[in-house]
Amino acid sequence: MAQRQPADPAQLVLDVRSVSKSFPGVRALRGVDFGVRPGEVHALVGENGAGKSTLIKVVTGVYQVDEGEVRLDGRPVAFGSPLEAQDAGISTIYQEINLIPLMSVARNLFLNREPSRFGVIDSARMKREAYEILRGYGVDVNPSRPLRSLGLGAQQMVAIARAVQIDARVVIMDEPTSSLETREVETLFRVIRRLRDQGIAIVYVSHRLDELYEICDRVTIMRDGETVHVDEMARVDRLQLIALMLGRDLTDVRQHGATAFAADHDVAGEPVVRAHELHRAHQLDKVSVDLRPGEVVGLGGLLGSGRSETARAIAGALPLDGGSVAVGGVPLRRHSTAAAIRAGVVMLPEDRKSDGIIPNLSVRENIVLAALPRISRAGLVDKGKQDEIVEFFFERLRIKASSPAQKVGELSGGNQQKVMLARWLCLNPKALLLDEPTRGIDVGAKAEVQSLIDELAKEGLAVMLISSDLEELIEGSDRIVVLKEGRMVAELTGDAVSQGALMTALAEGDPSPTAGDGAQA
Amino acid sequence: MTTTASTPGDAAAAASPPTESRRERLTGLAQQQGGVAVLVLVVVLASVFSHGFADTGNFQSILVGNAYTSLLALGMTFVIITGGIDLSVGSVFALGGVLAAWGSLHGGLAVGLLLPLAVSGAIGLIQGLLVSRARLAPFIVTLAGLLFARGLLQAISDEGSTTYLVPRDSAFVALGHGALVPIGTAVVLFVLGGVLLTRTRFGQALFALGGSENAAMLMGLPVTRTKTLVYVLSGTLAGLAGALNAARLQSGVTNIGVGYELTAIAAVVIGGTLLTGGAGSVAGTAAGVLLLAVIQNLIGVHLSKYGSSASDLANGVFLALVVLVQTTLARARRLS
Amino acid sequence: MSTGTAEVSAAPKAGLNKGRVLGWLQEYGVYAAIVVLLAINTALKPSFLSVENFRVQTFQAVPVLVVALGMALVIATEGIDLSVGAVIAVASAVIPLYLGYGSIASILVALVAGALSGLLAGGMVAFARVQPIVATLALMIGLRGLAVMANGATAKSISDPVLLGLGLNSWLGVPQMLVIALVIVVIVMFVVRRTTFGRQLMAVGDNRAASALSGLPVRRVLVTVYVASGVLAALAGVFLVGHGGYADPANYGLNYELSAITAVVVGGTPLSGGRIRVLGTVAGAVFMQLITATLIQNNIKNSYEQMVEAVIIVGAVYAARGRSGR
Repeated sequence: MAQRQPADPAQLVLDVRSVSKSFPGVRALRGVDFGVRPGEVHALVGENGAGKSTLIKVVTGVYQVDEGEVRLDGRPVAFGSPLEAQDAGISTIYQEINLIPLMSVARNLFLNREPSRFGVIDSARMKREAYEILRGYGVDVNPSRPLRSLGLGAQQMVAIARAVQIDARVVIMDEPTSSLETREVETLFRVIRRLRDQGIAIVYVSHRLDELYEICDRVTIMRDGETVHVDEMARVDRLQLIALMLGRDLTDVRQHGATAFAADHDVAGEPVVRAHELHRAHQLDKVSVDLRPGEVVGLGGLLGSGRSETARAIAGALPLDGGSVAVGGVPLRRHSTAAAIRAGVVMLPEDRKSDGIIPNLSVRENIVLAALPRISRAGLVDKGKQDEIVEFFFERLRIKASSPAQKVGELSGGNQQKVMLARWLCLNPKALLLDEPTRGIDVGAKAEVQSLIDELAKEGLAVMLISSDLEELIEGSDRIVVLKEGRMVAELTGDAVSQGALMTALAEGDPSPTAGDGAQA
Repeated sequence: MTTTASTPGDAAAAASPPTESRRERLTGLAQQQGGVAVLVLVVVLASVFSHGFADTGNFQSILVGNAYTSLLALGMTFVIITGGIDLSVGSVFALGGVLAAWGSLHGGLAVGLLLPLAVSGAIGLIQGLLVSRARLAPFIVTLAGLLFARGLLQAISDEGSTTYLVPRDSAFVALGHGALVPIGTAVVLFVLGGVLLTRTRFGQALFALGGSENAAMLMGLPVTRTKTLVYVLSGTLAGLAGALNAARLQSGVTNIGVGYELTAIAAVVIGGTLLTGGAGSVAGTAAGVLLLAVIQNLIGVHLSKYGSSASDLANGVFLALVVLVQTTLARARRLS
Repeated sequence: MSTGTAEVSAAPKAGLNKGRVLGWLQEYGVYAAIVVLLAINTALKPSFLSVENFRVQTFQAVPVLVVALGMALVIATEGIDLSVGAVIAVASAVIPLYLGYGSIASILVALVAGALSGLLAGGMVAFARVQPIVATLALMIGLRGLAVMANGATAKSISDPVLLGLGLNSWLGVPQMLVIALVIVVIVMFVVRRTTFGRQLMAVGDNRAASALSGLPVRRVLVTVYVASGVLAALAGVFLVGHGGYADPANYGLNYELSAITAVVVGGTPLSGGRIRVLGTVAGAVFMQLITATLIQNNIKNSYEQMVEAVIIVGAVYAARGRSGR
């Protein structure tokens, strides 16, 4: 906050002043300042939980501020809905394109503003105008085609054209390139530059560093609900940007102490899981990872780098276009979660609430859910075995619940996570894939989970660890595979498993050494 | 894609793999025009093989017999395009007929026409509000509406035992007279419905709502109002259809309309309208209505001992097949 | 901040009270309503509590109950089965066709027909991923047509003693169909509470994504509940044939889907899946029958009864929505 540059407030088209926003249990924004000038492309960056999306939702009227104010053209505004914000001149291009896929391009462009005579829409004029407008955006298509028949890049353009058509002065783009091809990105950038030259302010949210440096004029960096840095884009180098996002001082490379992890593990023997060239369009590009017994392999990378996708792919939960997963040398015949689980590969999903817990079932039932086939005889649950398992894990993981009969939905995040871990551990798996195992849980539970991971590895389990918490990743992992845009860009082993090395890999790693250049030439 | 060849750089944004596009266009075509194609095929085959089918009198009787009930499918088209469903139309149709007969008996043409429209519109309004404002599932609301309308009908007809007759000299009778009036009315209403759907903001809002309610809201469309109105429209059309049918039959038949909602749904879906909402056409529905009518006619001739039950079976089988094909196509598209 | 905390602490308190009242109504309201209805009817006409009246009411309520039990299983998976009425028609059409092979054989064939219908519905839902309402709607339309075709338009008289016994006679003073229904209630409760399948059923209905990620046989669970619903609907068809002494596919089972859904929802099973109240469903079916009986006893016509039932279902669904929406 201290480093915020003095800017002439009169010059700001969008001015967010010391805005705070809390949700039950979380202060998502704490006195955030954020100013955008007309005719600039302003990067908004930060890791998970930094508060970017909350800030955008405050600005676009999805949420209302608790404290502070939002000014548009110098006047305080309080939008009650996205529609009001849109009418006032703030348009948002969402990552998920918010248009109607089955309707035609022209109708999407003009929906609710159709040129009409006596209440009857002038279709011919609408199509003509749509064609002309979209040509201006480099989209040369028959406007009668349904929107979804267009490539994602062209759909994105239609969304932008629509946003600009309704007199937007601020256009917020949330990860606009996440599903675009290289050439589509170029077209997008051409359009962004043109809008910028017309005096439109663009807020650009992305994790792709290359893009930020190519298109953005200024940058605001957020962390833990605060604005930590505002600067000219060109004056922040990559390493510095990463360090600011992750909250790490470049000179400060501590080793141990902040987490509950012990020293490295003894890694022995052949890999128990071999994931070979996992491939999926737009998400994974030939990622190969080996997991050995007793080893914790960290997956490094920023948001959207393909970390979770890699874990899901190995666990059989992400359909693949190519690649294979072998467990104990035997390739999985079917690519499904059931097959992976039977082979001994289990995954703790990132989103505990939607993919993990069964909220209305009891702690007991949640723990033995995946183990049901093993503790059932003739279709009946063997209560003795069930209670044995539940009791054992209640004790080992120190699950705090009023009783095993309590509903999981009523537990704290940390205890829900322990229940999830128990669900997998009671299967005696060979490999455990952990996607953000300590996110959203309290400090005590976090330390417990971390030392548990340690113990499990010592007992010979192969562990894969995904974490946005750098300390956790570095201190917990024996080896780190760094991903960027769905590709492996580095592998850190031994002493190289350090913050400095990881941040360098995140900043410098080139995900596309050949393909990008070739296409542009 | 030939259209994208003009300026190489700009074309990139629009380009999607051509094979995918072609397949997409084919599947889209199959889905939208499949009903028409099957209709043409069935009519041609029937004309060749079924004696007495290709006869002006037979065609006319098919058209007249289905003119008014086709309006149920017209209203259903709008509802289904929004992603909803209206199971009450069969009962409302019957109720409209009884009210029309009662009205024309006691108040002449104006009452005979306006009373059913008002009551059916009100039923539609209540259903619409329950769906849009109270956010209840459309099938539950309209299933209850089905029961309610049938109950109301029986209440005003002494538990179905009284059949009100339209006075023979009433001007109301003219609404159902001959062949031209019913066919003409249906054609006019279908054309108007087509214009409403494709050429007005209301129509566009229906598509947007069915395509993505969230996006429709973000794009500033009046979601709640549109959703309410579509049930009013469907209810009113069903009431009107019932009234006109009563004029044709010159009486308010009390046990009519059972299961008509199902035939209407089948016709709409066969006509290429997606049950998940967001796509569909009035022309397709017209083709669907005619196809089912022709099949019913053929069954009547060749399988007369099975009567309407065979056409019910045909409707169900058609519906299941069409829905399966639609879901498969949609899934194939998502995966590609 | 201080005002903020004051608000925060005040809000849940009010919410809790209101929620508690609503929750109580949702769980036990149906039992209270039954007591009230019984009291009213007995006060108006003491013979309402007679054994004879009990028998009469039982014959009406049991078929709905049996269908509702299957419906509850389907609803617990966040599904719906609109085909039950048509399955009843199919069962009633099948019975006279196979009576020649013996009464038990004909009943078994009817149940198998119900299972096949459920297999179709479940297959469409689980494998083709058709929405449950659409899949079962297609069956609702088609099956009744099939049933009427198989039987012919006119009702067929049935004189088989076993069937008539199921429909009219008692074992030790308890109507046979009630005994069977109670056995089914116990079985369903046992399956839901004790078996592996019951666990999987609840998990799939509560959080399908998480269930799939935990390696549960989601498809098998879905197909099984639709098959169960089909078999139970067919059994209701058998009861109706036995009670009526006729096989009448054109008229048997009309609107049963609505009655069954109402009984389930009134009994406290939410349409959003993941929970099931078996005893509540029993109470829901009893409640629906008591409403009908009350209206009939007070000479309120069938027409008004239909309208009342329509209002009750909307009210019940509305109340359930208020609770699960929190």
